[in-house]
Amino acid sequence: MSLSFALSDEQEQFRKVVADFADTVVAPAATEFNAEGRFPTDIVRQMGEMGLFGIPFTAEYGGMDGDYLTLCLAIEEIGRVDQSLGITLEAGVGLGAAPLDEFGTEAQKQRWLPELCRGETLGAFGLTETDGGSDVYGATRTRARVDGDEWVIDGGKQFITNAGTEMTSIITVTAFTGEGEMTSIIVPAGTPGLTIAPPYRKVGWHASDTRELTFDGVRVPLDHTLGERGAGFRQFLKTLDDGRIAISALAVGLIQGCVDECTRYARERHAFGKPIGDNQAIAFKIADLEVAAQTARQMYRYACWRKMQGLPYKREASIAKLYSSEQAVTAAREATQIFGGMGFTTETRVGRFYQDAKILEIGEGTSEVQRMLISRDLGL
Amino acid sequence: MKVLVPVKRVPDTAGEKKIDPNDRTVDRESVESVLCPVNEFAIEEAVRLKEQHGAEVTVLLVGPESAQPIVRKALSYGLDAGLQVTDDGIAGSDALGTARVIAKALEAEEFDLVLFGNQSTDARTCLVPAAVAELLDLPSLTYARHLEVDGDTVTVHREHEEGWDVVQSSLPAIVSVVEAINEPRYPSFKGIMAAKSKPLAVKSLADLGVSPEDVGSGAAAATMYEFADRPPKEAGTIVEDDGSGTAAAQLADWMAEKKFV
Ligand SMILES: Cc1cc2nc3c(=O)[nH]c(=O)nc-3n(C[C@H](O)[C@H](O)[C@H](O)COP(=O)(O)OP(=O)(O)OC[C@H]3O[C@@H](n4cnc5c(N)ncnc54)[C@H](O)[C@@H]3O)c2cc1C
Ligand SMILES: Cc1cc2nc3c(=O)[nH]c(=O)nc-3n(C[C@H](O)[C@H](O)[C@H](O)COP(=O)(O)OP(=O)(O)OC[C@H]3O[C@@H](n4cnc5c(N)ncnc54)[C@H](O)[C@@H]3O)c2cc1C
Repeated sequence: MSLSFALSDEQEQFRKVVADFADTVVAPAATEFNAEGRFPTDIVRQMGEMGLFGIPFTAEYGGMDGDYLTLCLAIEEIGRVDQSLGITLEAGVGLGAAPLDEFGTEAQKQRWLPELCRGETLGAFGLTETDGGSDVYGATRTRARVDGDEWVIDGGKQFITNAGTEMTSIITVTAFTGEGEMTSIIVPAGTPGLTIAPPYRKVGWHASDTRELTFDGVRVPLDHTLGERGAGFRQFLKTLDDGRIAISALAVGLIQGCVDECTRYARERHAFGKPIGDNQAIAFKIADLEVAAQTARQMYRYACWRKMQGLPYKREASIAKLYSSEQAVTAAREATQIFGGMGFTTETRVGRFYQDAKILEIGEGTSEVQRMLISRDLGL
Repeated sequence: MKVLVPVKRVPDTAGEKKIDPNDRTVDRESVESVLCPVNEFAIEEAVRLKEQHGAEVTVLLVGPESAQPIVRKALSYGLDAGLQVTDDGIAGSDALGTARVIAKALEAEEFDLVLFGNQSTDARTCLVPAAVAELLDLPSLTYARHLEVDGDTVTVHREHEEGWDVVQSSLPAIVSVVEAINEPRYPSFKGIMAAKSKPLAVKSLADLGVSPEDVGSGAAAATMYEFADRPPKEAGTIVEDDGSGTAAAQLADWMAEKKFV
């Protein structure tokens, strides 16, 4: 089992195709759809046609028979030009489709997975509630009870990605279904009693759809239980482990975007009669950005490699997520500095990244939670 | 229905191209090679014919062995098979030499329609499609900005400066397309994975029955003796608006002097 992060010819070709799509389709539109806070359905559908939402799933369910690394490559390349679309892809695959693929019954997969894989619909995963997202077990107030052959769900969820787009088909929610018994239940969009609030006004990720959900006597058939009753806790822990690698890839995309943009700008922009990049104070910042991009990339690819080899990867996934998200915040701050006043406008990619970076330290497990997981794994 | 799409490997349009002073051809090491972007429009049109008429599409490339990834790239859009003509004797061919090889390769295939790009992005002679049509004595429908196939008739809108002509012919026919014809899709991950297992035949000049005297640098009608780097861009004239209203007049004079207006 030799350690290799080399991409196959096909992965490299695919990475280039996604990079080209990101540069020619996403980048020119990103300023506007972010400024408008608009979820760019047309572009998401195009990503669907390219197969991005089906990469790690089998062809049997409409997937692309790709692997997790290939998914991460796509997330990184999209995230390099726009973080909102990067998280839309990450959450669509990692939170929307992956739990269904991994834990769903045959009938559930047949029903919902193919259109999710083709990117015709989007799925969401609702874990976080008003009382907290770090301590899911302690903060979950949502309850589901059995009435005849149906679940009746009451409660609410907070900050749920992809829950209110016109493409949203299903929202999987965790609920207590008994004393200490957590169950994941699939709720199709449009089910009576499910209220989706207007989008949040966020600091960043302006074009990603994030919603608060209320469940008021929401009824779904018992066969909408994801896998088995009582498996909810275990399911979401597994889902989040994988998600951390993907969030790390998204963060690496952001850092790489800062490297690219700053290298260009530092050559073009003149002050005191020379390009600003001729000053080591600027050039060294960019060297540091490059160090961050490469080290963070190696870390997520290492975690990914462990996962694909069937080795334990929980600790490595946490390290990748923690390290790359903190590097992304630093990168966005320094890149904005290099752009000067322009960097503080949302016309520039680095200005948008300054807004987008912070959430990387919060979503899918905060930095504190990652440190908690790593230190626990060390036996502390 | 059988469609052939001839595609060319070209140096990346965005890259800085260099000429190798030894053989005075493009220095392939200096810049990344890509599938000619104009060919993507022909491929998209072929994919649509696949979707609408169940067309079977073969991609054809004349070029060295190292150009094989370009054939695979073309296949990744969902085409069915590849054919590559590779032979040391082809090196240095001019447009007519290239057309001779393509014509011979086509003769050995069954086809209803050949979809060229109207020009390559490197040499840009626009000669190859018409030359192939002439060599095969087939209808030549060039500069197509729209294409329709109905039974054994093909109709295209041939683009020109004032608009377009509607041109029709029977099949088989040779068509070249311009970029206005469609918006090419991106290859899907599935397409990329499938491309590596699509059949790809490689033929030599001898396989095609092409005489080495008819192609290659020796047969080229034109010879390049010398070349020079493009001179650096000169600084342009800057017209400053000082608020007095003379800037507009200066601009107009400048445009008149350059015969832009
Ligand atoms: C844009 C966006 C999209 C999101 N998408 C989704 C989604 O799709 N699905 C979903 O379920 N959730 C989603 N979330 C929620 C996200 O996962 C949570 O916000 C996150 O897990 C943190 O939970 P919290 O906000 O409740 O913070 P809290 O859990 O209240 O934490 C507050 C602070 O306390 C710290 N803290 C908590 N416990 C400890 C401890 N033991 N030691 C030290 N520090 C601690 C935290 O690190 C944090 O800094 C999203 C959030 C946002 C903003
Ligand atoms: C550096 C350099 C040096 C050259 N030296 C000479 C020279 O010394 N003498 C000379 O006469 N010519 C020379 N050429 C021209 C060269 O021979 C042409 O590039 C070639 O013959 C094809 O012509 P074109 O690219 O203009 O094709 P066009 O006619 O502009 O292309 C139209 C279409 O034809 C098809 N096509 C073109 N080439 C191929 C191919 N190889 N395989 C499959 N399909 C193809 C594609 O569909 C393309 O879209 C030189 C070119 C370069 C760049």
